[in-house]
Amino acid sequence: MAEYTLRLRRYDPNRHEPPYWQRFAVQLDPHRSVLEAILTARGEQDGSIGIRCSCRAAICGSCGVRVNGRAALACNTHLDRAAATGLHPDGRTITVEPMGNMPVIKDLIVDMDAVHWKKIRRVTPWLLNKQPVPEREYLVEHAAMVDVTQTMACIQCGACVSDCLSLEVDPEFVGPAASAKAYRFVGDPRDAEQDERLRDLAEDEHGIYDCTHCFACIDACPKGVAPMSQIMRLRRMAGVEHQIVDRNNGERHEEAFTTLVHDYGLLHEAELLPRSYGGNSWFGKFHPAAALELVESLPAIAKAVAHGKVKPRQALLGHRLPRRDLAAVQTIFDVVEGRAREEMTR
Amino acid sequence: MKVAYWPGCVSRGFTPELHGSMAAVAPLLGIELVPLDRASCCGAGVIAEHNPELADTLNARTFALAQQVEGASLMMNICSTCQGAQSECQERLDGDDDYRARVNATLARSDPGLSYEAGLTNKNLLWLLVEEIGLEELKRRVVRPLTNLRVGPFYGCYIVRPHDRLAIDDEHPRDRYLQWVIEALGGTVIDYAGTYKCCGFPIVTMNKKASLKQAGTHLADAMDAEADCLVVPCPLCHLNLDLQQPLAARVVDRPLSMPVLHLPQLLGLALGLEPKQLSLSKHVVKPTAVIDWAGAVVGAPA
Repeated sequence: MAEYTLRLRRYDPNRHEPPYWQRFAVQLDPHRSVLEAILTARGEQDGSIGIRCSCRAAICGSCGVRVNGRAALACNTHLDRAAATGLHPDGRTITVEPMGNMPVIKDLIVDMDAVHWKKIRRVTPWLLNKQPVPEREYLVEHAAMVDVTQTMACIQCGACVSDCLSLEVDPEFVGPAASAKAYRFVGDPRDAEQDERLRDLAEDEHGIYDCTHCFACIDACPKGVAPMSQIMRLRRMAGVEHQIVDRNNGERHEEAFTTLVHDYGLLHEAELLPRSYGGNSWFGKFHPAAALELVESLPAIAKAVAHGKVKPRQALLGHRLPRRDLAAVQTIFDVVEGRAREEMTR
Repeated sequence: MKVAYWPGCVSRGFTPELHGSMAAVAPLLGIELVPLDRASCCGAGVIAEHNPELADTLNARTFALAQQVEGASLMMNICSTCQGAQSECQERLDGDDDYRARVNATLARSDPGLSYEAGLTNKNLLWLLVEEIGLEELKRRVVRPLTNLRVGPFYGCYIVRPHDRLAIDDEHPRDRYLQWVIEALGGTVIDYAGTYKCCGFPIVTMNKKASLKQAGTHLADAMDAEADCLVVPCPLCHLNLDLQQPLAARVVDRPLSMPVLHLPQLLGLALGLEPKQLSLSKHVVKPTAVIDWAGAVVGAPA
């Protein structure tokens, strides 16, 4: 047995008081879970502690909380590990808070309906069958179903939603869990609405292109769903395979980036921005959308030039690999992109 | 220590002060830089989004070029994004012999004789400081401790997540190194909300408002915590936090004035270089507090 201090964030809307911290001393074996510590504190010291839980075996996804600032399942987090990663110097204090990005109902219980489930419903989370529906089961290639199993591991705990850094500033973002759920059906060969689903998510101003690629959801997920990787797959399918040129500049940005590295070997930043707005060619900068963007950025550009940070000549011409190396890079593009095109048409 | 040095694209483009300050600081740390001038862009995750094998092959070429540098113990980068994007590619390349052979077959066509052998060590300057040079040695080399300079660490996503790919564990708490380095240089670490958050740069062309709101929020948090400056090991973060700071201020609707230093610039100050040698005046947000601090320390009686 060891003694741990649980530092719980408490909040009761009926008391009309702001949230506050409360400490509970609990004695438990180090291999027991944070959830057991919370339930012990509730059972022995304060029956009013609010926590949602059920299976205690990391299957039901009910007990999502933040342990020491990071989303986790309370039942899936050992006390010794939590104490060691806690920020308190005594090495035995564990801070537990409700998950982020969702309103708190009471103590550690958040309103999953208000955010998580609303977003899941938004992506039509069911199969839209290809017609005609066969009399018996669909026959599907094994590999195609293996492809979507990673997203099927999701237990809807909301940990990724809690720690999503994009949702923090943009609550309308479709978010990691719903995007992973979307891939589960986009990647399913039995689904009839692949293109519609992709178009919907790419054209949404708060859709797949709002993901900042911060990896927070990958670290938060207790089931290895890697929601961000699923978002990248959705983007690839939307842009490369379905050639959806979305209004959010997502496809144009990716195309422009890739083309510039092909043409220069290195990233030509001054060309990337106008092309992302105005289209993937040297003339992109003359497109009204690019011009508008340029005008807005002028003060920052002027300041950068005035401080000698950016030299106009270098900004216009970019930097380029030596000729022999650029040729090597372009050979790599030809071989790999050529192979990808072949595979797509197969 | 001789390293195969990958400066990345942005340090030679829109943040030339980073490339320059790294070159100035390297001899003071005993690092011999052998630049990988023939290597291409790492793809910053965008090329991997487009076609993972393309990103893997371009980076395999960079890794192979690094392995050709005689006497270099490892490859070093100065960009969190390069570190993360390259680590992702290296994970796929090192984890599958057949796949690596296929990628090497492509390299044989692009650069006859060039081949990547699994197991390259690729470290960001931050990791190299702690794991190769060591904090005690770093402390020994400090000639102008950053006394009373209040520095907020800002890592950049690609160098702290995902923690298993980046080998962040009890033995290598790489998500604490920036704090350790600031302390080793004699500075005061400022605890503020933004340390491990996203600067927003990757979506600046897709959702500018959300992107700048991220940058603006972290800068404002650092101001509220009374930091003198932030320090970043990533030039892409620097673009959103410094170059875009005036626009971010508009989005979060409050005045912002938070200098943002590249890691080699902070090192350079402590190792005795002058602000001018580190091109501190090239930033959009002039680090007046930092320059004044440097002047005051130099001017003070011994």
